[in-house]
Amino acid sequence: MIALLVLLCLILLVIVVIQIGRISEVAGMIRGEEDIERDSNYWNSRLGLVFMVLFLLASVGSAIYYKNYMLGYGPHEAASIHGLAMDQLFNMTLFFTGIVFIITQIILFWFAYKYRGVKGQRALHISHDNKLEVIWTAIPAVVMAILVVFGLNTWNEIMQDIDPDGDHIEIEMTAYQFGWIARYPGADGVFGARDYQQITGRNPLGQVWEDPANHDDMHTNEIVLPVNRQVKFRLTARDVLHSFFLPHFRVKMDCVPGTPTFFVFTPTKTTEEYRRELSKYAEYQVREDPNDPTSPMLWETFNYELACAELCGTGHFSMRMIVRVVEEAEYKAWLENQSSYYLTSIRNTDFDPFKGMEIEIDELSEASEGGDEEEETDLSDYDELEAEAEGSGSLSEVNTNID
Amino acid sequence: MAQTQVAVQDVTDQLIEKYGYDDHFHDHHDGDKYQSNFITHYVFSMDHKMIAKQFLITGMFWAFIGGLLSLVFRLQLGFPAEDMAWLKPFFGKWIVLNDAGVGTLSPEFYYAMVTMHGTILVFFVLTAGLSGTFSNLLIPLQIGARDMASPFLNMLSYWFFFLAGAVLFFSLFLSTGAFSGGWVAYPPLSALPQAASGSGAGMTLWLLSLTLFVVSVLLGGINYVSTILNMRTKGLSMWRLPLTIWAFLVTAIIGLLSFPVLVSGFLLLFFDRSVGTSFYLSEIYIGGQALDHVGGSPILYQHLFWFLGHPEVYIIILPAMGIVSEVLAIHSRKPIFGYKAMVFSILAIGFLSFLVWAHHMFVSGINPYMAMIFVLFTLIIAVPSAVKVFNWLATLYGGSIRFNSANLFAIGFVSMFISGGLTGIFLGNSAIDIQLHDTYFVVAHFHIVMGVAAFFGLFAGVYHWFPKMYGRFMNEFLGKVHFWFTLIGAYLIFWPMHYLGIAGVPRRYYSFDNFESFAHFGGMNQFITIAAVLVFIVQLIFVINFFYSIWYGRKVKVKNPWGATTLEWTTPIKPGHGNWPGKIPTIHRWSYDYSKDGRDFISQIEPLSEEEKKTAHH
Ligand code: HEM
Ligand SMILES: [Cu+2]
Ligand SMILES: [Cu+2]
Repeated sequence: MIALLVLLCLILLVIVVIQIGRISEVAGMIRGEEDIERDSNYWNSRLGLVFMVLFLLASVGSAIYYKNYMLGYGPHEAASIHGLAMDQLFNMTLFFTGIVFIITQIILFWFAYKYRGVKGQRALHISHDNKLEVIWTAIPAVVMAILVVFGLNTWNEIMQDIDPDGDHIEIEMTAYQFGWIARYPGADGVFGARDYQQITGRNPLGQVWEDPANHDDMHTNEIVLPVNRQVKFRLTARDVLHSFFLPHFRVKMDCVPGTPTFFVFTPTKTTEEYRRELSKYAEYQVREDPNDPTSPMLWETFNYELACAELCGTGHFSMRMIVRVVEEAEYKAWLENQSSYYLTSIRNTDFDPFKGMEIEIDELSEASEGGDEEEETDLSDYDELEAEAEGSGSLSEVNTNID
Repeated sequence: MAQTQVAVQDVTDQLIEKYGYDDHFHDHHDGDKYQSNFITHYVFSMDHKMIAKQFLITGMFWAFIGGLLSLVFRLQLGFPAEDMAWLKPFFGKWIVLNDAGVGTLSPEFYYAMVTMHGTILVFFVLTAGLSGTFSNLLIPLQIGARDMASPFLNMLSYWFFFLAGAVLFFSLFLSTGAFSGGWVAYPPLSALPQAASGSGAGMTLWLLSLTLFVVSVLLGGINYVSTILNMRTKGLSMWRLPLTIWAFLVTAIIGLLSFPVLVSGFLLLFFDRSVGTSFYLSEIYIGGQALDHVGGSPILYQHLFWFLGHPEVYIIILPAMGIVSEVLAIHSRKPIFGYKAMVFSILAIGFLSFLVWAHHMFVSGINPYMAMIFVLFTLIIAVPSAVKVFNWLATLYGGSIRFNSANLFAIGFVSMFISGGLTGIFLGNSAIDIQLHDTYFVVAHFHIVMGVAAFFGLFAGVYHWFPKMYGRFMNEFLGKVHFWFTLIGAYLIFWPMHYLGIAGVPRRYYSFDNFESFAHFGGMNQFITIAAVLVFIVQLIFVINFFYSIWYGRKVKVKNPWGATTLEWTTPIKPGHGNWPGKIPTIHRWSYDYSKDGRDFISQIEPLSEEEKKTAHH
């Protein structure tokens, strides 16, 4: 039925188009080709001008219209130190390219209009002009040089590793189809050894439990960062390429199986501060569900988000994790509430090489020293994480490979 | 008017008779073995003009398919909540019905569509359809050769392309689905059948198809290069070549140097997939299983891929640039401005295109110091690109411009190339690219600068050389309708994508609902989808115009309807095999003597006048 309808429309289109073509051809024969050509020059050159004006107005106008959604503008100033430098570089590039864009588009359509063919007119025979050409090679060269210098400066600053004496935290992120596992190093500040051969549903990172550094490492289902403190994300992937993308912090780095990567930055705005900033803009003073007057405002529900930016399979679009930036004190409190994955899920199970033995673990948290009950809840925490990864895509096919 | 044209025509013949040289091509009258029957004329043709038509029409077929696929996934992005059950008759199990009978595209299918769209458009349409068509058509005609250096290899080139297409087409109907890992096919996703259902048989066919395609490109390229270097007619020095030929030459050389690297990358991928090697694989746990592979690097593949991949984008755009230069000059009745600068820009772009590949990999985990070199070269390449734009603008200056369809598309090309080239400058700066990489900003950039611009070059070429191909004109009125709606529509589709990208919206997302940050743009996505559907329909006007005009278009009555200086317009209206019925014309001047000495144009085959000899510098 639909196929028939589509076919009918197509046939109609063909007939109409051919008829229009025919009519224009006949008109051409009656009026003479030259007449038609001059007419066409007249109208199309003018159309070009109209197009140019509308195009430039629309491009500037639409940019202003969408300004408060775009990162770098309005409420979306970068929430990291290097992000501000990046936004500056972006705007500098926008400035130069914007000028070139407007001028060249105007010249293009203006020349086309001005020099449209009219009766009895002869074109000029100008084949080149060395001076002019040197000038317009030099100008872009200089502009590019400026952009390269500023760009590489910024790039080098962003790509610095941490200052070894500085006060920073480290988090390890492991991407898999289709989700993230965040690991905090615990009290010793050291990530325990991993061996991908030991990955199982129970041991999703392949942590080597013989390594005591693993015993206090924590898996969390959100990323919590203290504001104004440098953080180094160690990135890796378990199966295919993924990319660690934090749009509001201007952070992106691929997660590569077998090749560790990292990204260092300093968040400068807490989630609360970002929300307050958003609340000043009309775009975010609307209900989350416009039909439900009791639903929260958009700015109230804002969260920093982690997304995957490298195609990794069918669930690529669903690899979300929430990032919370909080005050130092709140961070500490949160951290103390987290418990070591070893203690909650491995300790004294068959997977534990130290089963039944006494070992010493320097734990940050009080909570996890509890008994079996605690372990149970934390285990289910992990299941939840898993379920979230599964559910968020509203996909049946998303396979998480955990368990 | 008609009178003078006839006179001009006679002059052309006289000039060829007087100055041309006789290569005894037509001495053996044992029938024309090249086009004696249907099969050898239309199917396994060795005539470059017929092969050009084959490339063009096959390219149009693929453009239709590729465009249609894009509409399917645009529907998902624009109308994610709409019922797609009506597509079920076409796509079967890939449209998933829920209990209420409401259909949605399955994500596997979505990703397969995106991947096929990219592969088809980049390789089959804009490489084969553009360069294949016009290199074949114009190289012998514009350099005064009877045919290509090897008509047989030329024929093979087309048929390998055809085979590549057939294989890919077949992969669309696999029960496990076509390959779905993106047109760049990064491993491990593309290496492991466990990683995605399209990475199984779909990927095997994809690799096979593209390898066949590379064979086609290489066969064609060898031919183009040797023909241009060896078979130019007397007097046609390199500095007298039209810019089209320069562009085709550099394009072919780039292709010859970079496509083999792609194949080597594919070969290693093939080994990883089927023989258990670990070139790209290391420490992988997938499908509940830890694989044995250690020591490989997925980043290696990216180097090999982009070593072709970046030159590839210039393989696509250079022929379009050549066509546009030619069309703009002819229809402005002016010499192309800064001919030498144009040639050097083409050479510079060709050379530099090998030194910028890692700008696609700034955040892939390469050493940040390495990235610096690539930033430098990437922004340097913007300079010759800018020079070309300024030269096109200056070509319009002082012209007497004809606004026919060909020239409109050439002007549109310049507009698109400016818009898209400028966004490249953002992306080329690695610091900015951290944010913009793999967002819709990149999608906007390359669709405008490559996708739309190259299509415009293609259209300009088709409208301009259609009379040479078929001895008829395409309909001008329909051509103009086609142009204005396409120009406006293309900007409506791709311009808003910049905003999406700046807002951080990643590309290759099946749905944006999972993220608060990306969910603001439902309206915009709808708008883009509607624009895309309309632009697709407008392209049908072109298709109808094309096929209608082949048989019923206005007949070309003079040899040189545009008043062009180049050689292809000295052939008969419908040139037979060998292109010139008698002697081959010889060349006495460069290809851009327009509006010189009070004359509208002076053909390349006309000897210099006494006056010109005194002042000549071309
Ligand atoms: C002014 C010169 C140009 C510069 C500086 C430039 C720069 C870049 C950069 C840095 C990227 C990578 C973006 C990313 O993935 O993060 C990119 C992507 C791309 N560019 Fe350009 N570009 C320029 C012109 C062109 C031209 C002329 C073409 C084609 C004719 C082109 C086609 C592409 C394509 C196809 C991609 C995306 C490939 C993909 O990831 O799927 N660019 N460009
Ligand atoms: Cu992903
Ligand atoms: Cu590139």
